[in-house]
Amino acid sequence: MSEHDEVVLAAQGITKRFGGVKALDEAHLEVRAGQVTAVMGENGAGKSTLMKVLAGVYQDYEGRILRNGREAVFANPRQAQEHGVTIIHQELNLIPNLSVAENLFLGREFLDGLGLIDFRRMRREAAALLQRLDLDVDPRTRISTLRVGQQQILEIARALALHARVIIMDEPTSAISEREVDVLFGLIDSLRREGVAIVYISHKMDEVFRIADRITIMRDGRTVGSAPRAALSHDGVVRMMVGRDLKDFFVQTPTARGSEVLRVQEICLPHPDRVGDFLVKDISFSVARGEVLGLFGLMGAGRSELFETIFGLHARTASGQVFLEGREVRLSSCAEAIAAGLALVPEDRKRQGLMMDMSVAASISLASLAQVERFGFLSDRRERALAGDFGQRLRIRAVSHRQPVKHLSGGNQQKVVLAKWLATRPRVLLLDEPTRGIDVNAKNQIYRLIHELATAGLAIVVVSSELPEIIALAHRIIVLSEGRQTAEFSRAQATEESILKAALPRSLSSSRPPSSSGAATR
Amino acid sequence: MTLVILTGGIDLSVGSILALSGAIMAGLLKRGTELEALNLYIGYGAPAAIVVGLLVGASLGWFNGLMVTRFRVPPFIATLAMLTIARGLTKLYTGGEAITGLGQVFVSIGSGRLLGIPNQFWIAAGIVLVAVVLLRKTRFGRYVYAVGGNEEAATLSGLNVARVKRSVYVIAGTLAAVGGLIVTSRLNSATPIAGEGMELDSIAAVVIGGTSLSGGRGSVAGTVLGALIIGVLNSGLVIMGVDPFWQQVIKGCVILVAVVIDRLNYKE
Repeated sequence: MSEHDEVVLAAQGITKRFGGVKALDEAHLEVRAGQVTAVMGENGAGKSTLMKVLAGVYQDYEGRILRNGREAVFANPRQAQEHGVTIIHQELNLIPNLSVAENLFLGREFLDGLGLIDFRRMRREAAALLQRLDLDVDPRTRISTLRVGQQQILEIARALALHARVIIMDEPTSAISEREVDVLFGLIDSLRREGVAIVYISHKMDEVFRIADRITIMRDGRTVGSAPRAALSHDGVVRMMVGRDLKDFFVQTPTARGSEVLRVQEICLPHPDRVGDFLVKDISFSVARGEVLGLFGLMGAGRSELFETIFGLHARTASGQVFLEGREVRLSSCAEAIAAGLALVPEDRKRQGLMMDMSVAASISLASLAQVERFGFLSDRRERALAGDFGQRLRIRAVSHRQPVKHLSGGNQQKVVLAKWLATRPRVLLLDEPTRGIDVNAKNQIYRLIHELATAGLAIVVVSSELPEIIALAHRIIVLSEGRQTAEFSRAQATEESILKAALPRSLSSSRPPSSSGAATR
Repeated sequence: MTLVILTGGIDLSVGSILALSGAIMAGLLKRGTELEALNLYIGYGAPAAIVVGLLVGASLGWFNGLMVTRFRVPPFIATLAMLTIARGLTKLYTGGEAITGLGQVFVSIGSGRLLGIPNQFWIAAGIVLVAVVLLRKTRFGRYVYAVGGNEEAATLSGLNVARVKRSVYVIAGTLAAVGGLIVTSRLNSATPIAGEGMELDSIAAVVIGGTSLSGGRGSVAGTVLGALIIGVLNSGLVIMGVDPFWQQVIKGCVILVAVVIDRLNYKE
């Protein structure tokens, strides 16, 4: 075992180009045994690229990697693993239909005398690992039945099964609940005591300050600073990341409240698999012209499902009423919801928002093609005009309107999705995590835009899992927990603590709520 | 086929639908329809036979689409089943024999010329033109790309994904029947083995033309080019006197090379 605090992995002067673009420009990083080294930076700062260089994913870089003081060249991720360096990607790499044990030892199965898989030994070893990580799961369980947080911990178990001494975690908490974060942090802590070096990439300031021993900040592919946590402040880190003051990132929103536009009553959505269980249960709220209503909830609170239900996506199974300007509407498809003046900017723009190969213009016009038609045929000129108009309003940075959206940055992609929905001229805008995974600048622009749209008379509902964001944006905040509404706050009453308290699930067995509770009401 | 693949689907049944619709056109021309129960005999002129043949193609395509959208049968399986079904029906209908002697009017469609250029060319060119306009200039075309590019996003954008998919299978079935018309009339004969292997040639043409099998990316122009390459290979190798067994090997290699080049380009 390496000495604590010794540099076990170092990157020196790493430059990596993608075509003509320098993603990394002489970046450096030191990782010490028994320490958590956090790497922070805006999206596009080069964090992930640097990690991929360290983990052997990229080989065509300039500069040196030192492992325990000696230069190392990893030809592929497997070689990096053999050197004890393992990366846990943001998107988990477990195979859903295989068991926990099979996943843990994938590619390195234990064989018996006949060359067949020795399942008994695999289960035994898996059980030992799971116990070490305090994860109460049978090694025979299929991955697909586990929660994301549990899967995250399994990824760590897999790294340990590889005898990893350096574990790189890329945004490990982006998809897990607050409680699972605690479990993860407890685990990181014990790994640290065992002398494992952790590289921790995250955008979340609070987490980083809670867990990190050292913080390294990157900007534009360069390492701009690195210091022990105690020597840094939140504001200092943010300033290094963006070179700007934090004050810029807060927007003022008006408190004017017009007439009611959208009202939903007793929206229920049964769980697709568990009979008598609900993803969304008896949610009622209303939004007025010019109002921004915030919906806060942890993962699995039913926020996205609530939006989808209102938007007509679960018409066959859901129940409840939707009123637009006082009149009840029955929305049995997304097309009807759009026609009624609703717009939904979904949570996951890659999966639900965009066709990656489509051009910017085609993506923007997709939900409102009737507008760009002339004599029944699509008019290039009208489509260009529409795209140009919204491109300018939202400050979308693209080479041309014909550029495929996959070449845009996350922030610009998100703006394209927003433009698509604004082009439908909605009365109500449902925004699901509108700033997820985009850089601080783009975030700020989107905050301003939300503010402008509300001022212009739109009714807006924003789902966010970032407390400061929702407090800065919303006039009123409704908190969801396990599909139910647990609290409502006005802007003045809302504090981060009070909101979070209402959002935390009550029962400890949150994955298995009592099955009889909802059955009678159906 | 380009349309079907653009939605992320595939249609293996076009060769069989071609054969069945061709056989039905020929059969109707030759034998008409006898409804013994009603003691009724209906004779067909060429136009009526053609219309019925095209309708058969369209309805089989519609059935494919129904299986894919309503019953969520993977397109590969649904159309593989149709490949067998339609081929079997063709053999039943023809009794395993070629139907020949189809009359001057019908035969002139496939073998006639207009302005010195074979009719086939005009028909193909017309279809290509319509397809290009449909894909590039209409809402439906845009929806085809959208469904193939990202089905979930398409649904959330208010598109009727199921209808788009059904439509492309109907179009594929109908065009297969047009193929049946051309082949049957050109040869003045409908054989039960007509169009065998054509589904693979047509998929190859689409793929060589740069359309992505996962959907959302590609063009009719590319497919035309792909079809020309396949056509040139098919006849060019024969003219060059290449061993027929080698012809297949060479064709396969060309398909691989084309797709590999496309992949490399696509990855930048």
